[in-house]
Amino acid sequence: MKTNDTRRELNLELYRMLYLIRTCEETIVEHYFEDEMKTPMHMSMGAEAISVGICQALRPEDHVFGTYRSHALFLAKTGDTDDFFAEMYGKDTSSLKGKGGSMHLCSPDHGFMGASAIVASAIPVAAGCAFANKRANNGKLVAVFFGDGAADEGCFWESLNAACLMKLPILFVCEDNGLAVHTPKSCRRGYSSLVDVVSKFNCIAHEHKTTDAEAIYELTSELIETMKNEQKPGFLRLEYCRYLEHVGVQQDFEAGYRSVEEFEQWYKFDPVALQRKKLQNLGYQTDNIKRLETEIEEGVSRSFSKAKNASFCEVSELYKEVLV
Amino acid sequence: MRNISYCEALNEAMAQEMQADPDVFVYGIDVADHKRVFGSTKGLLEKFGPDRCFSTPLSEDAMTGFGLGAAINGLRPIHVHMRVDFMLLAMNQLANMISSYRYMSAGRLEVPMVIRAVVGRGWGQAFQHSKTMHSCFAHMPGLKVVMPTTPRDAKETLVAAIRDDNPVISIEHRWLYDVEDEVPEEVEPTFLGHGRVLKQGCDITVVATSWMNIEALKAAEILAKHGVSVEVIDPVSICPLDEELITDSVTKTGHCIVADNDWVYAGFGAELAAIVSEKCFGTLKSPVARIGFAQTPCPTVRHLEQEFYPNAIDIIETIEQKLDLEETDLSGEDFYSYENKFKGPF
Repeated sequence: MKTNDTRRELNLELYRMLYLIRTCEETIVEHYFEDEMKTPMHMSMGAEAISVGICQALRPEDHVFGTYRSHALFLAKTGDTDDFFAEMYGKDTSSLKGKGGSMHLCSPDHGFMGASAIVASAIPVAAGCAFANKRANNGKLVAVFFGDGAADEGCFWESLNAACLMKLPILFVCEDNGLAVHTPKSCRRGYSSLVDVVSKFNCIAHEHKTTDAEAIYELTSELIETMKNEQKPGFLRLEYCRYLEHVGVQQDFEAGYRSVEEFEQWYKFDPVALQRKKLQNLGYQTDNIKRLETEIEEGVSRSFSKAKNASFCEVSELYKEVLV
Repeated sequence: MRNISYCEALNEAMAQEMQADPDVFVYGIDVADHKRVFGSTKGLLEKFGPDRCFSTPLSEDAMTGFGLGAAINGLRPIHVHMRVDFMLLAMNQLANMISSYRYMSAGRLEVPMVIRAVVGRGWGQAFQHSKTMHSCFAHMPGLKVVMPTTPRDAKETLVAAIRDDNPVISIEHRWLYDVEDEVPEEVEPTFLGHGRVLKQGCDITVVATSWMNIEALKAAEILAKHGVSVEVIDPVSICPLDEELITDSVTKTGHCIVADNDWVYAGFGAELAAIVSEKCFGTLKSPVARIGFAQTPCPTVRHLEQEFYPNAIDIIETIEQKLDLEETDLSGEDFYSYENKFKGPF
């Protein structure tokens, strides 16, 4: 059992990260139409608790892989808002020099080993990374994040099979918003439950529907323990609601492929608001919470301005880093 | 120096590099079965254990991405495909991931990975077991592509590929596996991008890839008896390409034929013809000629297959046209036929 103090600290940390990510994305929404961040934005809004809860359960040296929708994952793993905004603007100050953009984030120094904008393509890469960790016997875990559309790809099943066969230290994380771009599961699946199918493989598979970052942290921590004890890969399917359109920073309920009512149900349990309430229930004073929020907002604003005002890299950079 | 086969040269290259560097491992479909990829991975399982030499599920796509993940995390994978055609199942990983991973990370991640793939031919290999694809792979920035012909180059390029910090695709023709030649036991530190003059000559340059070098050397041998001196150049590495070796030769001879082990249209021969035209235009005495597969899928039945593949006679005829020679008397000449090497059934 956690002591009250530990639980308070944990929840404060979870809120700090949730609020940071939400603030970063709100900043993007505010400025996207200036047309200076020329990179297709696939927003994490609504999904933050998954990245935050899981990255809290991981250690800094563990590896993660993401998708084109990785703002939350990148920030949860790196906490680096300077690098984040610099890459959104494609500036010289970004560690990626604008070669990646929103869809292909990466920060190996923080264990963020890459993201792919081709559905499911990073999953086998994560398996190979886990193989290298196993060979090195370094105790590092790999967590690979993907949407539920990835389960339509052969590569997902190939990778799951290989990871289970080779008993790799890898956690598969399915961030399930029920949609592959705009197409619901009912139009894509010849089976009913992904976790039922996955659990037939030699791995430990769980699923949950929650926007509570602490619950996701607890579930992940327990799963990692079991994975270590049983020497098996893990699989987590976590449901969430994508607040915005597939790509872009607006809502698109008028398109008719999903309902406002469903969104409103989810929004009652918005992960950021939920966590704020939890802090209050844990006895944090509203003033203190506000102070933390202001601190975060100021930090994000500083990173944003730095990126906006930074210069672009030299044109000669085009030709660099193709080959060693 | 001792003589060993092309296959033994590949095997020796991997064994020596695995011995020298514990991060090197070899894997792929049937890599560790009793046949050991035509013998090229023989002994590696016994010497280095199942962690460093293993067979995989039939998942070319995922297992290619797997190599990328291992490579960016400290290992040096060698992924083996028994046919280039099977590699096409992994085109997403090659074209969208491996080739651009270093670039995407602005050089923070390196991909020291080798992909070996074998080109099949003959006895019904047909359209799904016979492709070479080097021009497709070389088309994409971020990949190196080699296709050695001689046993010595097979060893040297594989050693260099394993030590290279970039993804390297090595394309090996199955018919070359039994060719024996001098191969040094110890390979000097080497890097990729060196072509080789397989035969010196002064009348005409034939740039040939992979098996087509065997045909080109045969053509050169026959024509030499008739006083025609053919220079045969094996680029060995398709990307990076030893352009200077080729353009120097063409500047000397004034004629260039590209005999590619591939289709002609939009192929490596077209690239080379463009390079030679751009760099040797003033010295060219005739347009660059291209020889390659018929523009059809590879057929199964023997007589159609014979028509599909170019050979030494096609090269001789093209040289005759270019140099305005009389038709060469080929009676009594002995040409390669796989029936002399291999009798079915499989």
